[in-house]
Amino acid sequence: MSPSLLPWFLVVQRLGIALLTLVIVSFAVFFATELLPGDVAEILLGQAATPEAVAGLRAAMGLDEPALSRFVGWLVGLAQGDLGTSYVNNMEVVELIAGRLGNSLRLAGVTTLLSVPVALSLGIGAAMYRGSLFDRMVSVLTISVISVPEFMVATLAVLIFAVWLDWLPALSYGADVSSIGAMLKAYAMPVITLSCVISAQMIRMTRAAVIETLNTPYVEMALLKGASRRRMVLIHALPNALGPIANAVALSVSYLVGGVIIVETIFNYPGVAKLMVDAVSTRDLPLIQSCAMIFCVSYLSLITLADLIAILSNPRLR
Amino acid sequence: MTKTPTNWTLRDDAMVEQMIRRGASRRDLLKMLMSSGIAASVGGSLLLRADAAVASTPVTGGTLKAAGWSSSTADTLDPAKASLSTDYVRCCAFYNRLTFLDEAGQVQMELAESVSSDDAQTWEVKLKSGVTFHDGKTLAAEDVVFSLKRHLDEAVGSKVNSIAKQMTEISKVDDLTVKIVLAAPNADLPTILALHHFMILADGTSDFSTANGTGAFICEAFEPGVRSIAVKNPNYFKGQGAYLDSFEFFGIPDNNARVNALLSGDIQYAASVNPRSSRLLDGNDSVATLVSTSGNYTNLNIRKDLNPGQAEGFIEGMKYLLNREAIQKSAFRGFAEIANDQPVSPANRYHNPNVKPRDFDPERAKSLFDKAGLLGVEIPVVASDAATASVDMATILQQSGSEIGMNLKVDRVPSDGYWSNYWLKAPVHFGNINPRPTPDILFSLLYSSDAPWNESQYKSEKFDSLLVEARGALDEERRTAIYWEMQEMVANEAGTAIPVYISNMDAFSAKLGGLKPNPLGGMMGYAFAEYVWLNA
Repeated sequence: MSPSLLPWFLVVQRLGIALLTLVIVSFAVFFATELLPGDVAEILLGQAATPEAVAGLRAAMGLDEPALSRFVGWLVGLAQGDLGTSYVNNMEVVELIAGRLGNSLRLAGVTTLLSVPVALSLGIGAAMYRGSLFDRMVSVLTISVISVPEFMVATLAVLIFAVWLDWLPALSYGADVSSIGAMLKAYAMPVITLSCVISAQMIRMTRAAVIETLNTPYVEMALLKGASRRRMVLIHALPNALGPIANAVALSVSYLVGGVIIVETIFNYPGVAKLMVDAVSTRDLPLIQSCAMIFCVSYLSLITLADLIAILSNPRLR
Repeated sequence: MTKTPTNWTLRDDAMVEQMIRRGASRRDLLKMLMSSGIAASVGGSLLLRADAAVASTPVTGGTLKAAGWSSSTADTLDPAKASLSTDYVRCCAFYNRLTFLDEAGQVQMELAESVSSDDAQTWEVKLKSGVTFHDGKTLAAEDVVFSLKRHLDEAVGSKVNSIAKQMTEISKVDDLTVKIVLAAPNADLPTILALHHFMILADGTSDFSTANGTGAFICEAFEPGVRSIAVKNPNYFKGQGAYLDSFEFFGIPDNNARVNALLSGDIQYAASVNPRSSRLLDGNDSVATLVSTSGNYTNLNIRKDLNPGQAEGFIEGMKYLLNREAIQKSAFRGFAEIANDQPVSPANRYHNPNVKPRDFDPERAKSLFDKAGLLGVEIPVVASDAATASVDMATILQQSGSEIGMNLKVDRVPSDGYWSNYWLKAPVHFGNINPRPTPDILFSLLYSSDAPWNESQYKSEKFDSLLVEARGALDEERRTAIYWEMQEMVANEAGTAIPVYISNMDAFSAKLGGLKPNPLGGMMGYAFAEYVWLNA
């Protein structure tokens, strides 16, 4: 194969693997849900679940078909762009997800915009001035933020800023968002809480990656040639550390789509994480599957994007 | 500023208010306060405060934001499927029932003009005239027939399918009259029709993405798992209509988040607040609480057909070994009323006050256990977080046991699967029962010989025949006498020890007026939206 085609071959390979992963995940999620005790008919009826009532409701909902044929049916629908209908409230899954996914993406977007630049500059700065007071302060800070669980950060933030000081609303959704100021207020606490959670990881990874390249012979060469510390880090070391940094950022950001259940709960923010938890507790398969697909797609695309950046930024692969 | 004695808490305020609502005179209250060591002058000012809370004049207008404790995509506007408080609140705002229970537990007419019968088997329901649905349609007999009949259709998945099955014929007599024939006489039908599931829908309703009812509020927005927005119905059939202009309801499942939202003023009503948060609310003038005890309880079940429950005297001994006061004070932090080992709570109009709770008497328990030959034998007691506070209760029981040489072993098991694996099955275990509106439902569900949830395997022919007799008795005095006797039988003979009825505490902004406790549950039996107002 000619060397100029190699990166594109790698890209296509990555995309193929991503698609295969999606199918495997949907299969795994479907059968894991089937293994859970109780089905949607029993859960809907609750204490009133007499055997006849359950059988009647199952038949009415089409749950008496074999599991495999229901799975294939759903997969065929998905291929045609139809996510199906929720078992629990008969609404289109698309309709249920649309608003909530928007909320989740908005929160994730704002958090990313805030935390990625801050985390990268702190990480690079700490690497540049390794061993200095600044570096040690950043390290101590990140370690302490990693060690404090997010429900603690969130609850304390609510107590201090909403209950005692009365600066910010305790709930992010349903609060007044009619003006830019009010919207900033509503988003402030969840965004700060989430930034604390994801920044720490990014700062540490960035610092480690930059320091590693700073120890390589070509950076030493640049130093001997008389390059300034800034030039040495930004021009010589950073491009070579881009791959691992992109991976760390992708991992942290992918958490923002599906993993923020605690923040959604405490700030009463209706996002997709809470939707997925609801769906699992009611055994609402079409909704579980669709949420799982969304998490999987967002995770895979971020990771694939990070891989692409790593491949394209590496001259040996380019 | 009123003078307040030390240790006086919101709970005590709520208690005084409740006593006034139940009709206690000023003299009774002062006597009670004095007996607990509160000076007359201070007592007087406390009563003034409680009086003011009870008797303020309604104000119209305003938007109420209220939060319940549960919300998910399973939220529904279909009353037949309603399963959680969140659904009940919405259904009460948008729809009406034929009858409802007032704060004294008495049946009142809502959409029905009258519900009557000569033999408790064939019933005639007369409807109010001139009631309209939100879409303008006038309420007629067809709507009632449709609304009741859908509970019999298995495809609907109704929660009250088994209760509705006794209605063998539901038919229209004329435009405003419906005939209901029961399989067997049941004088409780007017109370059964007050269940939240029997809300009246317009004939043929099948779309529940919005609600078309006759209720005090019109549904403006409903997103399951997110929120609902209701606006005042200007054509409500009850004269005054709702006081609020609009009413937003959503769920905040996390207790702390709910309390914080109330304290920061983002919401005006936080339903079912954990007693642990009461300290946070005490001493805060901008919030008030509503304590309702509606008959929810966690009970100790001892199966009479297995060891050790078979041994003569063991069950009675355990009932004496339960330190009810300690359970009330430490397991529930005072938010509970001491119970007398039978399921009909004081909130129910058939409660028998003559059945006294057993005293905590370890010596008597000891002699009973000794006679049963069980002193010193290790007996496992199964408890789980699934049954509210049962682990605390089991620990208190174990402590009392160890003092008299009784070797009880607390067997703490996981919540997941508790109801299918341990409840009703283990020889000594805990259960948790939600309030039910009538003694008949409680006894047929829990204590008759063929009861599906006969927790202690209590069997008594006399009890079974009394149950059938009371069900068909239209004479209120006779029914009360029978239910009182049955409560006595359960308290003395069954293997279920019920130490306390658990109270529910709702917290709300002090600006909110018009709230009263209701026997159907917290939030005024979930119907508060229609009756409350916001003071400026």
